Amino acid sequence: MLKYLFAKEEDIPQGSTALFFGVSSICWFIIGTGLGSFNAAKLAFPDWYHGLYALQFGHMRQVHVHAVIFGWIAMAFAASMMYITPALGNTKLWSEKLGIWNCLLYNVGLCFALALLWSGMTSGREYSDHIWPVDLYIAFVMVVPWSLNVWMTVLNRRTQGIYTTNWFFAACMFMTIIVFLVGNLPEFFHLTGLNEAYMTWWFAHNILGLLITPVAAAITYYIVPKITGNPLYSHRVGHLHFWSIVVFYSTPAAHHLMSAPLPEWLKSFASVEGVLILVPAVAYVCNILLTMQGKWSMFVTNIEIKFTITGVLLAIPLNMQGGFQQTRAINWYIHGTGWIVAHAHLALLGFSTFAEAAAVYYGLQVLLRRKLYSASLANFHFWMVLIGFSLYWVSMTIAGLIQGAAKIYEVPYVDVVIAEHPYMIVRWLGGTMVFFGNCIWLYNMVMTARAGSIVPVGRQPAEVAYTR
Amino acid sequence: MAFREYRIGCMMFGLALSTSMFVTIFLPGLDISGMSSTKLALEKQLTYGWESGFNYYDPFLRGKDKPIKVTLTKDPKTGAPMDKTNAYVFPAGTHFPDGLTHDNILGDKVQKASDEIGKIGEANEAQGGVFLVQTTADDTPYIEFATATRGWTTDAVLKAADNKSLAGSGKTLFIREGCWWCHTLLPEETQDWQTFGRPPLVGDFNGESPTTFGSDRKAPDLLHVGSRNSSREWLTMHFFNPRLVQPHSIMPRYDYLWGDKDKSGNPIDLKAWDREFMAYAKGESIYPPEVPIPADDSEARMLIDFVLNLK
Repeated sequence: MLKYLFAKEEDIPQGSTALFFGVSSICWFIIGTGLGSFNAAKLAFPDWYHGLYALQFGHMRQVHVHAVIFGWIAMAFAASMMYITPALGNTKLWSEKLGIWNCLLYNVGLCFALALLWSGMTSGREYSDHIWPVDLYIAFVMVVPWSLNVWMTVLNRRTQGIYTTNWFFAACMFMTIIVFLVGNLPEFFHLTGLNEAYMTWWFAHNILGLLITPVAAAITYYIVPKITGNPLYSHRVGHLHFWSIVVFYSTPAAHHLMSAPLPEWLKSFASVEGVLILVPAVAYVCNILLTMQGKWSMFVTNIEIKFTITGVLLAIPLNMQGGFQQTRAINWYIHGTGWIVAHAHLALLGFSTFAEAAAVYYGLQVLLRRKLYSASLANFHFWMVLIGFSLYWVSMTIAGLIQGAAKIYEVPYVDVVIAEHPYMIVRWLGGTMVFFGNCIWLYNMVMTARAGSIVPVGRQPAEVAYTR
Repeated sequence: MAFREYRIGCMMFGLALSTSMFVTIFLPGLDISGMSSTKLALEKQLTYGWESGFNYYDPFLRGKDKPIKVTLTKDPKTGAPMDKTNAYVFPAGTHFPDGLTHDNILGDKVQKASDEIGKIGEANEAQGGVFLVQTTADDTPYIEFATATRGWTTDAVLKAADNKSLAGSGKTLFIREGCWWCHTLLPEETQDWQTFGRPPLVGDFNGESPTTFGSDRKAPDLLHVGSRNSSREWLTMHFFNPRLVQPHSIMPRYDYLWGDKDKSGNPIDLKAWDREFMAYAKGESIYPPEVPIPADDSEARMLIDFVLNLK
């Protein structure tokens, strides 16, 4: 990587940026899930180690969150965009050199940002925990160059129209920058009180709704038609998905604060808009699943399709929960409980991680022109992540329902802690399985680069996956 | 090649996004900014100071640049006995909360009363001063700048004080140590009245930053915890090792906030303490080891002050 930093643009092999982002994302996934597993162990057994005060839960909890969001999820997005955007525009990436610098400064900045967070330097605002100088670095050094590469590649395309995936990529990067800068206004200009509280959740909602969910969906819009060979079921339904995301997903931020003293009109508005999130959700899931027509055998035989479609199927409970859990009728029961933790992991570790893992698997094989080293290890990875995630999701959902019941029956809190103990252990086991699966994945990808057999020119890795 | 330029699409996109931001940021911002402060909001601002998260004056979140909340039972100037009064002492150079420096934070009536009766316009950060929270005859809360209205200097008030609370510094530690990842500061409007007390009102937050509601409750809500449990001894043991007072607690130990020395200056040996505690936990000794009393300037004392102040 370092040797390309000062190379001429034409000397840098195409795809280098995507490759470096892809490998970095896998490493960050291991770090992020490792931190998560470690934190979960502390919730199950608070005294299993002590004396290492640098490893306090209160300092590490947000490091896990930001390592997976900025490290794994965002970098896997970057990797996907850096090879999918040019492929769909029938062109090459606008600037590989900018991309390489971007990747380097992204990794360096993220290490620094997480170290500060770990040491306790925080803004005290959930999901925008980073202090404002770091926010500015993230916006202008990590995200703007990445967006520039995507936008310029789209502008320099050699196709007449723009495919669905690229609408989402270009628009989501724009919205992310806006959300990031507007959402952190309370820190830049010291806004206080309920404005600060509301803007915290405006940021948290929109960074999820306008970056993570739609970009993960956009990736599947590419991967499924590309690997199955089926054209996208409906371009028009894709339109419906895109526009309803922009309109309905950007408005319900206040539904995160349904039990807080915000203006009632705002909460009601947000709640109605929150249910309307089902419009893009249903459009998207139907579109992808109908694209699979006649190729469902690939759900079993092909590792990328297996990951992608599992992610799409997980989007069904995700959106059903998301649409309805924020209505007043349900929110009073589950607000602030483990149910929400389960839901957040369903979105990030369920839907979006599965979609991205597929894109990284596929992208690295295409860029390296090498067949996956071991399909068995990839399957092992899939099942470790799926079973680990399921254990996590089910145990935290049950724990959340226990907490909700205890909340309305006014059970002394320590009894809730006692009742949740077994589920905390299961949560820890699930998270550890995901971590372990990811270590296997990294090994598999390193071996693919080193020892994978070469994919012949003109053929897709998926076509030769099972030929020896 | 004839490119599609997507002009209409781009314009519609801009329109949709700006309408969305107008409805979800501008309108709520207008509405929320028009809310008038409650008495609690004034007390919180004067207790917590300017900013409790990362800021230029306290970048490592050590609890610096914070006011001191004191309880008075005699007039610091004359020495005459008076009703128990809370006063908020800002030593010279301490930064004021937004409500004292910006005219649009407190709400019109509160701002007017604070200016006209409370004389807050005469206060400045470089000289510091003493503030009180008062109520007018028509029940409007306001801030009184006691250094101007009563001639109370910071030194005299600190000297006459019966009790000094470092709750402002404590809130910084509450944020730094991540207490709010598990303890919310937001009893819910629906079901929490019996167990955790009154949910906050819209005007309870003016000028506070960050509000740290918390979202993921793994432990009891703390907004009114000082009313439920006001025992400093219990809290001291609980922070040092929660399992001393609640065997099933999953809260981390905060014994490292004690620092090197306890209140009487004796060194604290956490390893030795832990050995004795493990012997107690295994049933080898009958009593757990004594918990050291935190020094007056220790972080543990600040955090305990903050929790006790959550009435």
